[in-house]
Amino acid sequence: MFETRTTPFLGRGQVPAGYLIRLLAGLLFVLNTSVTALAADPVEIGVGYLRRATVKPTLSLVEQPAADYGVAGARLAIDDNNTTGKFLNQHFTLHEMRLKETDDPAKAATQLADQNITFIVADLPAEALIKAADAIRDRGVVLFNVGATDDRLREQDCRANVIHVAPTRSMLADALAQYLVWKQWRRWLMVIGSHDEDRLFADALRRSAARFGAKIVQERVFEDTGGARRTDSGVTLIQRQMPVFTQQAPAYDVLVAADESEVFAPYLPYRTWDPRPVAGSAGLVPKSWDAAQDQWGAVQMQNRFLKLNSRHMTALDMQAWTAVRMIGEAVSRVNSADRKTVFDFLRGPDFSVAAFKGQRLTLRPWNLQLRQPILLADGRMVVSVSPQEGFLHQVSELDTLGVDQPETRCKLH
Amino acid sequence: MWRSCLLFGTVLWLAGALPCYGFVAYVSNEKGNTVSVIDTDKWAVIKTIKVGQRPRGIEFTRDGKFVLVAVGDDDTIQMIDTATQEVADTLPSGPDPELFVQDKAGKILYVANENDNTVTLIDLERRARMGDLQVGVEPEGMAISPDGKILINTSETTNMAHFIDTEMRQIVANVLVDSRPRFAEFKSDGSELWVSSEIGGTVSVIDPVKHVVTTKITFEIPGLRQEAIQPVGISIAADDKTAFVALGPANRVAVVDVAGHKVIKYLLVGQRVWHMAFTPDQKYLLVTNGISNDVSVIDVAALKVIKTIQVGELPWGITIAKQ
Repeated sequence: MFETRTTPFLGRGQVPAGYLIRLLAGLLFVLNTSVTALAADPVEIGVGYLRRATVKPTLSLVEQPAADYGVAGARLAIDDNNTTGKFLNQHFTLHEMRLKETDDPAKAATQLADQNITFIVADLPAEALIKAADAIRDRGVVLFNVGATDDRLREQDCRANVIHVAPTRSMLADALAQYLVWKQWRRWLMVIGSHDEDRLFADALRRSAARFGAKIVQERVFEDTGGARRTDSGVTLIQRQMPVFTQQAPAYDVLVAADESEVFAPYLPYRTWDPRPVAGSAGLVPKSWDAAQDQWGAVQMQNRFLKLNSRHMTALDMQAWTAVRMIGEAVSRVNSADRKTVFDFLRGPDFSVAAFKGQRLTLRPWNLQLRQPILLADGRMVVSVSPQEGFLHQVSELDTLGVDQPETRCKLH
Repeated sequence: MWRSCLLFGTVLWLAGALPCYGFVAYVSNEKGNTVSVIDTDKWAVIKTIKVGQRPRGIEFTRDGKFVLVAVGDDDTIQMIDTATQEVADTLPSGPDPELFVQDKAGKILYVANENDNTVTLIDLERRARMGDLQVGVEPEGMAISPDGKILINTSETTNMAHFIDTEMRQIVANVLVDSRPRFAEFKSDGSELWVSSEIGGTVSVIDPVKHVVTTKITFEIPGLRQEAIQPVGISIAADDKTAFVALGPANRVAVVDVAGHKVIKYLLVGQRVWHMAFTPDQKYLLVTNGISNDVSVIDVAALKVIKTIQVGELPWGITIAKQ
């Protein structure tokens, strides 16, 4: 069916022709649909989507993020929820809001709450997410974090009204470390970028190394000295620069790069002084989803996404899809749109969601983080999926990834 | 089928071998794009038929003349002539067909189109498309009630079993089951509908008149984490006393007492056990093991696995003689 998009950037009075055509098609569809006659109007469930306006450009041309990065997954999930909702007399709509750097996230969240929207999917940086969550906390609105990987949001800065669908840096680092250790590539040369997020990822990788028995033989910092990210001299300079930068390292098995700012890591594979695989922010990358994922019925998911959005599905798209599907799944199980009923079910022991990763995904009760397998992908294939065989846990093997309950600093109130 | 048996038997007799009393099983190999033909007398593959891309759902027609196999990536259903054991024709199935079921008379074929949220109806005599129905997201499981009046379709992501009146061709009820339903099977007396939930890890037992889940069959295997137990294929014996459930990556088939809805035994088979079929005399149950690329043979009376037969790549579905 059609979805309403409440974007502040659409001019007033403009109704696209496409909208009218879809409205007509929707009416015809409803008339043709073979369901028992519904005298009552469907129960309406509005889902908000807060997204960043700017998307970080990538070094790789083939990885350039699309304008609908993330929200495309949410839109597909709304369609999927509505297909189910047809049979349950429920109807979902997505209300999108794009926030510029200068926009106030608290205000945006409040605006959505004022429209009686009780579930908001947010793809925001950590600080903005906390502001939004706190602004609507007393109104019973639940935020689904699909974009921020910061561990502190699940630890000392955890919030009772935030459900985390995006994995944490510690989960991603642990997923990678388990595989590298399984592979017996235990000696790491770690190269860290000079920005805050790079250092956060490096912290997570250090923790993972200690946890699973890898040894960081040396750390090097790659300073971001600014300048154009791509120059006309192109590869010629880079293929000289990278070997020099990585030479004279102590013996190591794999170069682990912590470069979330994407300044240097994509330039490392095949250019290191020693012939070594690269992992972390380039080479073998841990992520929640990849377009190459074809196991556990994923082909169906990839096909549906491709058909709707005319591009491949990324990790952020999948995180957004999962969040909106969690809402749909909960609403269908309790057969109600009441926010307290739905939220209680989401936090309860019976909730789980199927997300094409071979096992049901559940929420960690202590900090509302979604447990999930993590893929290790090389850009063309999925190389492995963590947790790796042999890493055991008394509650769930998925809890070998990230910060576990006995270690948590989160106290939800 | 008896003709091929006679021919085969004659050839064997001429070759000085024993006469043929066995049945013929057809196995779809999802990755190998072939169909393996197994002789149940010798418990061996006697022929490998090249088919289209991504063969999955496979069934004998009611008259036993053809074996229909859904080749999903080719968006069609191929018809294998059982006399010649060659592909003879194709049916227009709608996009990405996976599983299908025939009506009682063998005149209409109902096909689940996984990518399109539809069930396509095909006229088997004219070999033409008749129409379609809108169902939930990712339709897969298909079953028809013993009286032929109700068609069941399960939708993987919508998590429902849809009850469709075959005469009116309309959905009359929807029953929510646990995560990722895969397969639906009626008891022979029509009193219960069983639906497996792969991710939910259960088999829901549904009252087909009241449209409610009356109980759920759960599975527990010591030493195996719950997440690895993923029920997919179900076969209920014709006497409605015993049922078998394939548990996917648990590598086991659960033997279930139908009356009590409880597991009485687990049988270790190959890796990633998926679908299954009884021999017409109900003496043996053959199950496909997707990852070990083989078929396990279960002696039903003894409840023991007696043989493993190597087939093609990623065996998926299996059908033995006409239904």
